[in-house]
Amino acid sequence: MFEPIKVSLESLNLVTLAPMLIAIAGGLVILVLDLINSKLHKSLYVMLTILLLVVDFGATIGLNVNERGFFDVMLIDGISIISQLLIIVASILFTPLALTSKRFHEYSYPEFFALFLFMVAGFQFMVASDNLILIFVGLETASLSLYTLIALHNRSNSYEAAVKYFTMGALAAGFFAMGAAVVYALTGSIELYQVAQVLSARLGETGIMAAIFGSSVLLMVTLAFKLSLFPFHTWAPDVYEGASAPLAGYMAIVPKIAAFVVAIRIFGMYLDLGIEWVRVMILILAIVTMTLANVMALVQEDVKRMLAYSSISHAGFIMAALALDTTEGTTSIFLYYALFMFTNLGAFAMLWISRHKVRRFDARYDHPFSKFAGLVQIMPMGAVIMALFMLSLAGVPPFSVFWGKIYVMQAAVNAGYVWLAIVMGLNAAIAAYYYLKLVVYMFLKDPVKDVDTVYYNLSKPLMVVIGFAAVTTIAAIFYVQPLVSYLYYMISASGY
Amino acid sequence: MDNILSVLIFFPAIAGLLGFVVDKKSARAYGITVAAIEFLLSLWLWFSFDTGNAGMQFVEMIPLIPDFGVNYYLGVDGISLFIILMTTLMTLIGMVSMSIEKDVKNMIITLLFLEMTMVGVFVALDAIVFYLFWELSLVPMLYIVGAWGGPLRVYAAIKFFLYTFMGSLVMLVGMLFVAYVYHSLTGVWSFAITDWYALVLPVNYQLWLFAAFFLGFAIKVPMFPFHTWLPYAHGQAPTIGSVILAAVLLKMGTYGFVRFSLPMFPDASVMMITPIAVLSIIMIIYTAMVAYAQKDMKQVIAYSSVSHMGIIMIGIFAMNSEGIGGSVFQMLSHGIVSGALFMLVGIIYDRRHTKLMSEFGGLAAVMPKYAVIFGIMLMASVGLPLTIGFVGEFLVLLGFYEISPVMTILAGTSIILGAVYMLSVFKKSFFGPVTKEENKNLKDLTAKETWSLVPLVAIVIWLGVYPKPVLDPINKSVNAMLVFMEEKAITAEAKDIIKVPQSATTVGEVK
Repeated sequence: MFEPIKVSLESLNLVTLAPMLIAIAGGLVILVLDLINSKLHKSLYVMLTILLLVVDFGATIGLNVNERGFFDVMLIDGISIISQLLIIVASILFTPLALTSKRFHEYSYPEFFALFLFMVAGFQFMVASDNLILIFVGLETASLSLYTLIALHNRSNSYEAAVKYFTMGALAAGFFAMGAAVVYALTGSIELYQVAQVLSARLGETGIMAAIFGSSVLLMVTLAFKLSLFPFHTWAPDVYEGASAPLAGYMAIVPKIAAFVVAIRIFGMYLDLGIEWVRVMILILAIVTMTLANVMALVQEDVKRMLAYSSISHAGFIMAALALDTTEGTTSIFLYYALFMFTNLGAFAMLWISRHKVRRFDARYDHPFSKFAGLVQIMPMGAVIMALFMLSLAGVPPFSVFWGKIYVMQAAVNAGYVWLAIVMGLNAAIAAYYYLKLVVYMFLKDPVKDVDTVYYNLSKPLMVVIGFAAVTTIAAIFYVQPLVSYLYYMISASGY
Repeated sequence: MDNILSVLIFFPAIAGLLGFVVDKKSARAYGITVAAIEFLLSLWLWFSFDTGNAGMQFVEMIPLIPDFGVNYYLGVDGISLFIILMTTLMTLIGMVSMSIEKDVKNMIITLLFLEMTMVGVFVALDAIVFYLFWELSLVPMLYIVGAWGGPLRVYAAIKFFLYTFMGSLVMLVGMLFVAYVYHSLTGVWSFAITDWYALVLPVNYQLWLFAAFFLGFAIKVPMFPFHTWLPYAHGQAPTIGSVILAAVLLKMGTYGFVRFSLPMFPDASVMMITPIAVLSIIMIIYTAMVAYAQKDMKQVIAYSSVSHMGIIMIGIFAMNSEGIGGSVFQMLSHGIVSGALFMLVGIIYDRRHTKLMSEFGGLAAVMPKYAVIFGIMLMASVGLPLTIGFVGEFLVLLGFYEISPVMTILAGTSIILGAVYMLSVFKKSFFGPVTKEENKNLKDLTAKETWSLVPLVAIVIWLGVYPKPVLDPINKSVNAMLVFMEEKAITAEAKDIIKVPQSATTVGEVK
């Protein structure tokens, strides 16, 4: 005989679920609208999505710090709030990129927007919990939606990308399940705060290290897949190349923010327990990732693949901050993504507006460097803005990414890792070469008179997004201060 | 006007932005007017500058990122004042003499942005603001070399950018470390150089930090063995690019040594005197020999410019008032003289589209005015008495004599070697019979060219004869810096070597 479950509604603290529920309900509303009238224009869905995300943003920002809810599964601490906010802002920026002047297959389906909102909800679940099962559920919800979004681009290489990403993602999910199982077998709990208590009590036992090693390696493999860290990064360039440009830019930011939050929760716990080899493992992964991806990016012939490798390298750069395990280190992860977000989305949006008039079936690449040759003569403003994004990515002050880089490096120096800061600096110098390569093509070469000219897929909403990204990139110096103090406050409030 | 420094920085930048609207045909006149106003503003700065005060003047401070200690913090002292004047002057003269036909408007706008970053570097008193302008100055130069340069321009431009960028990133780590040390000692984040001056660092920290800053500055100077980017950059850059590069951008490196390395790391600087002096002497002698071997006139000037930067370096590390003051003066002299020489080479290149000396000969008969001005600048470059080049070189050698007579003699060979290659250039190109048919009908200097060169000749002679108005404020600030370095030094050797003048006023009157 089981006793009837008695739970008071207040102890559920349902408000912690509100942001995700808004996104999910919004997705359902879009599906219902399509059911009622299937002839609605995509602009309606775009605006609806933005509005829902704005409400979602409002609901998230109003949450109280350090609360638990829904049977203690939900954890609303500082990092969960700021990561949700970052995810939502990136999503709001991404959505209007659907309003192109050319018609694209994926945006003709309202399902695209519904799936997109489900994905956002999935990522929000992933960051707002320290329960390994809920993290897993969030991860899978988001990933499955994302695979579909990639495939909706309806090109042969997008199918390839989606299937590749799916296989890799499924493998990673398997590793996550196994890692979580080991953690459960070890401690009898899947709530990370209880895991930490049990582990700290049993840390002296023989054999426990081997078990911790097993679990952390399995979990690290999963997160390395998601964060595209070496040696699990090989899918990333192909997937980015196959996905539509804005989606590729989106994938370089949002899934990684979510995965970083999970990594902070899991590996931050191990580091707090004083397990030093976890730090060494993270540092090695981070350094190899940023260096290798930089070297690979040097030899790319396609701008999109170059940007893909560059975002792998940026992920490696930030991964190093994770190993520091200081409040500043954790702040720098979010600050970096907050600043990187605008520049990166802007750069991918610039790729989005420069497309070929006719599909090129014979060419290997969609965005070869030669396509941008002499852009300054064709489209001066576009060239200047793209150059701005490239210089920002290269870390030239005073543009946005520079402030992220300097904060990460300062955090490394403060934690006593001066050599790490030097490695980061040298990597930034290598990276400058391939960003400059694009600038050189745009400004210092003459346009290639090709058979099919480049068509500019520009519309007002895209101009607004790109202009916004450009302004935030230039004016970073004026908003870094409030951003840093807010992030620092939120992160220190939740004890990281 | 207390905020004249901000005006000096942002006036060219705003003018550059507005310049997008100006019509292509009027762009040149627009640029020259703006640069002239900027130059007048910098003259105003000089006249309202209090020469009796050795400290920072016209200080401005606005918090930018207080949590992180980054402030918009500007100021000017005797050391930076004249470099700023030289920057605005050379930009103006470079623009007046510019002979570029292609995309003049883009060039003007780029130059105006470049002027902003150059002035910014010399007035910044916050390390991050300094770094910001320092890095930003690479972008316009990259464009100038890459868009208007010779056949290998893209290679040269990228080499220039990457070399300097890499060095300065290591310097940035050094800056972050100083800020960290400052924070751990005082509990406050600060990137203000004046705050950092007060920091007494242990010797091993000083050595590491000195190395980090050295990499950033030495590449820019450029010191041997980091000088390889410069001949490419000069070889490919258009005339205006070479003028600005030689006159101003290289000075950022030596200015950095005076502003950061010496006052912040006095003990490390004293320890590093010998290695740096050896590198500088290699730089002086080796590049002078390379210069002699060149067939291209512009390459001779480029290598001679590296060779003379060696003199500046050696003077900075003399650790006394004559040496450092002389170096700062030599920075001005080098800027004006090598800038003028690059302009002169550009003038002949515009006429003949070659810079090979074998193509010339007997130019003195065809272009007398040109030959006279070239001769004066050449003498100034060699360091003939009564020209601007002599004052700086003499003071530097006098200063370094106290450190090591042998090395001073070796460095002094720069005058002899300089005379060798410079006079050989002059002989090959200007004397003898006019051998080539094309050279017989070359036009002498046009009015535009004359009017851009005559002021420089006037300055060369004026400051060669009477350098006091410039030397005095420089020495005042240098002496203040030395006093304070001596106080701050921890090791006995450093206290011993850093020479504080007994009376700060006598030194200005060496001549």
